[in-house]
Parts: sequence; structure tokens; C-alpha cells
Amino acid sequence: MKNSKISISEEALIIMQEDSRKAFPNECCGFMYGNEKDDRFIDLAIPVNNSKVGDQRRRFEISPFDYMKAEQYAIKNETQLLGVYHSHPNHPAIASETDRSKAMPYFSYVIISILDGKIDDVKSWKLKEETRIFEEEEVSILENHVV
Amino acid sequence: MAKIIIPTPLRKFTGNASTFETKGNTVKEAIGELVHSHPNLSRHILDDQNNIRSFIRVYLGENDINELEKEETSVLDNETISIVPAIAGGIA
Repeated sequence: MKNSKISISEEALIIMQEDSRKAFPNECCGFMYGNEKDDRFIDLAIPVNNSKVGDQRRRFEISPFDYMKAEQYAIKNETQLLGVYHSHPNHPAIASETDRSKAMPYFSYVIISILDGKIDDVKSWKLKEETRIFEEEEVSILENHVV
Repeated sequence: MAKIIIPTPLRKFTGNASTFETKGNTVKEAIGELVHSHPNLSRHILDDQNNIRSFIRVYLGENDINELEKEETSVLDNETISIVPAIAGGIA
């Protein structure tokens, strides 16, 4: 079975990358919005506070209040909340066991690897509900996308 | 009627509906109506004792019901209930 595909607008990717640089050496996080027909398309990324109490170099957490506002934003703006992104400082863009164990099905989890402050890689992961295994999504970046 | 916002990851259990209208007078009644209409949603929100699962938070408007009267919190017409899953992760 083919893995799912996710397209990300260049504008959304730039926001995620800038957030990763700004937060380094801590992890950043944010919401991804867009639409979905056969494949998934992300046209907007909105950074959100990493609310993890403790070591933010290794963990992120999104507060329930921020999540509640994010779903309201999607309904108000007639878009869909399709996933979250976060950075892996000085670590590959491979989903960790922590990522997998805390993941929700359906959502795309984009991970940005940032090494010594420089963006290294971007991957996206989606949890298979039946097996709770993370599957890598095929990522493509759409340049000059007009929203 | 009040409205429940279904979080995106759980909409496959509501036929992709993003909201659900309810006549429930409390949060407990409202969520009860929701899972009655969409039984497959139940195990993702409620535990075996029909209590809200520990990793799910519920908001009434902009207030966490844990800071109100929890599941017994009264719900008025035109209020919005949000079901919120925990979102977290990291490299280790």
C-alpha cells in the first residue's frame, strides 16, 4: 500500500523553518491548516507556544487552550486543522517513540530537523490507527503557491 | 441549542462533521448525546466507567470544565463545548 502524500506551500514551510531557528536549541511547535481531497495540502502554518514544563530541548507540548483556539480558528476561517509541526534540534527528522506514543491518528506530524541552528531535513509522519505505527508521508513543497 | 466542536482527528467517527448540536443541559448530557449519535466516538472520549478520558480536556467557551463544575457544568443555549486531545511529543 502506498504511503499518503502531503504537499506544503513554500510560505507555510518558511514559517515552520523560521520558528525552528528562532526556538533553537529548544523545540518549537505549531499548527498546520489546509485542505484534503485525495492528498493533503498545507497552506498555512501558525506557530504556538511550546508549553512543556521542563526540558524544551527534547520535548514539546501544546496547551489545551491553544488547541481549542486552533479548532475554532479553522471553523471560523473555513479551513481544516490537519496536523502539527515541531522541530528536532540536533536530531534527525525521524519520529521518536515519544512522538509515536503521544500521537493522534489522522493528523500529519511534520518534523523539522535543525542541526547547529541550520535546517537539515523535513519529514512528515502519520499514525496508522489500527497498528499505532507511524508511517512516513511523501512530502512535496509547492513553490509560489497563491493562497 | 449548544454546539460541540469535534477535534479534527476524531471527525472520521462523526461522518466528517466538525460540529454537533446538542440539547444537553450539562456537559455530561451533551457528550452523552454526542456518543449516542456516534457510538464509535465513545471509546476515544470516554473510559469504561463513562468518565472523560484523562488525555481529553473539555472546554465550555474558553473555560476548562475542570475549573468549573467538571462534567456537571451547566450548558446554556448557544454555548460552545470543545473536545480537546492532548498534543505532545519530542526527540526523547
